[in-house]
Amino acid sequence: MAAAATCGTGAGSTASVASAASKSKVTSFQRRGPRASGTDSGGLRLVSIAGTRPSVRNGQLLVSTGLPALDQLLGGGLAVGTVLLIEEDKYNIYSPLLFKYFLAEGIISGHTLLVASAKEDPADILQELPAPLLDDNCKKELDEDVCNHKTPESNVKMKIAWRYQLLPKMEQIGPVSSSRFGHYYDISKRIPQELIEASNWHGFFLPEKRSSPLKVESCSLTHGYLKLLQFIQNIIYEEGFDGSNPQKKKKNILRIGIQNLGSPLWGDDICCTENCDNSHSLTKFLYLLRGLLRTSLSACIITMPTHLIQNKAIIARVTNLSDTVVGLESFIGSERETNPLYKDYHGLIHIRQIPRLNNLICDESDVKDLAFKLKRKLFTIEYITKLKSYGLQDQKYFLTGHLQRKFAMKKNPFRGSYTLKKTY
Amino acid sequence: MFPELNNLLNITPDRAEQGKLTLLCDAKTDGSFLVHHFLSFYLKANCKVCFVALIQSFSHYNIVGQKLGVSLTSARERGQLVFLEGLKSSVDVFFQANEEPHPLQFLREAKPGNLQPLFEFVREALKPEENGEAAWRCPVLLVDDLSLLLSLGVGAVAVLDFVHYCRATVCWELKGNMVVLVHDSGDAEDEENDILLNGLSHQSHLILRTEGLATGFCRDVHGQLRILWRRPSQPTAPRDRSLTYQYKIQDKSVSFFAKGMSPAVL
Repeated sequence: MAAAATCGTGAGSTASVASAASKSKVTSFQRRGPRASGTDSGGLRLVSIAGTRPSVRNGQLLVSTGLPALDQLLGGGLAVGTVLLIEEDKYNIYSPLLFKYFLAEGIISGHTLLVASAKEDPADILQELPAPLLDDNCKKELDEDVCNHKTPESNVKMKIAWRYQLLPKMEQIGPVSSSRFGHYYDISKRIPQELIEASNWHGFFLPEKRSSPLKVESCSLTHGYLKLLQFIQNIIYEEGFDGSNPQKKKKNILRIGIQNLGSPLWGDDICCTENCDNSHSLTKFLYLLRGLLRTSLSACIITMPTHLIQNKAIIARVTNLSDTVVGLESFIGSERETNPLYKDYHGLIHIRQIPRLNNLICDESDVKDLAFKLKRKLFTIEYITKLKSYGLQDQKYFLTGHLQRKFAMKKNPFRGSYTLKKTY
Repeated sequence: MFPELNNLLNITPDRAEQGKLTLLCDAKTDGSFLVHHFLSFYLKANCKVCFVALIQSFSHYNIVGQKLGVSLTSARERGQLVFLEGLKSSVDVFFQANEEPHPLQFLREAKPGNLQPLFEFVREALKPEENGEAAWRCPVLLVDDLSLLLSLGVGAVAVLDFVHYCRATVCWELKGNMVVLVHDSGDAEDEENDILLNGLSHQSHLILRTEGLATGFCRDVHGQLRILWRRPSQPTAPRDRSLTYQYKIQDKSVSFFAKGMSPAVL
């Protein structure tokens, strides 16, 4: 992917990268002009897309996922041209929230949206997006959550309570897109209707597309995936996200959201049986989608019910085909719901994979024990740092030897991975 | 290329071996740094390289290659590197239904039979010059990665056939080298992948296997590399020599150390 040479880091020789990129136009993103000689014009054009910023590590262009905490865990944000795969939790309660955060961030930043679903009409999905946290309302709203003192002056923002400093505010509401990277949202409220109407979005609702004929003869992709792929390719080509329309004065990002990919509603049976006829349909779709994304200014979020996929090999292949993989595991109905260590949280969040783009290394977070909690207005992600003592009242058990496992959190039960030492 | 890895493997760009198949295998970790190593190694060794890159885009390899000291764009311009970018060509192949053969033609088919067009592409790319003068030292085929072909619908046997044909042409006929990357699915029970991995392990001369640490994530030691020489070049050398090292990947290089001897621990 093209690195923002002028606004990138000192890693590598930026001058040679710029000159190499200027000689040939074979960078995946054709957002540079044919003669980007490494001066400000090429660099500024990259940064000037609203709602994006270059990565600190390698100059890769990043977009926000809508959750600043998740952005930080992914190394600054989601790279443009990559796929974020969300492995849904068991009852699909929390993954739609991440999906909606992503789309809401797109509306606030002024990006174009493409929402695809086989279950809900995209217009309905957009109606349910969370509202951004606003400047004048936030003081009133946060009073109920935060039991701190408040002062009567409403224009002295930072002195009210230390908690308010942690939440950046939007300066203005209305159809003007904000240039800040990453916003906070209030899930108890709906996004204002005028913001949706001012945004540019395309919807793909599978039941409406069934009847139209196929242009490409059927290869192993299921009908739903094929139509979706053609739809995405059409939008990318027509709106010029792949650089095919150089007269467009302002470059923009296309945010693609695909909900419940792989579920039987898409016509795929990998969630139903172990030996399915068309087991390559989903993986082929992901590969072609990634090919489309790499050659255009777009980012994609996919939620997938991987807990339903019976063939573990397919999950491994899907993980290898996606760039960033985040898994949600909710405690509802499991034995962890009554575990005292987890009583403040609603579930665990696993960052299973982060891509190494243009680099040998990636920004992996050191802490692997992350949990999420759905408060009344916010979805928060926190490190589990508390070590509770549990056991009989007159004896304290201390936890030693906590093993941090990359993959095995689901397989080993929680108690099995701890060794307990009794102290009196 | 990583000088420490060259020392471990006992090779230098000046005296690269010929006729070898190297298998790169990663289990529970990312072994793509080895692909970057071999790509820059063979380009520095003045070999003609055909790179079938299915998993990442050209500019990704280019930018990492520049950190390691080779420029892929200039190598491609002077004809030393033939690059097949899988992601970009797959979109072209799939959406524009031409009838002319394309190396990734199997994407159009419902049940892909074999990888013959891909093999023809490789053979065409690495065939020696007609005028008899060898501008490059020996041809090299790099594939990143073969497990992806299984995800795209090609059978394990078809992939093994492709590797066999390539080995016969590149390693035996043209006296070149081959380097392929395969993911090891571990306990995910991917039978096709296991067939592919076992078949390749028997054919290869050198196996570099990267594994994640058994105890999980560590900031200072990123994994473990197991080097297995399967058919030693000298008959007097002991058979099937194997070494294990742990490594840490840095921004421009990888440092290797013996097990338990990480600088962070000592």
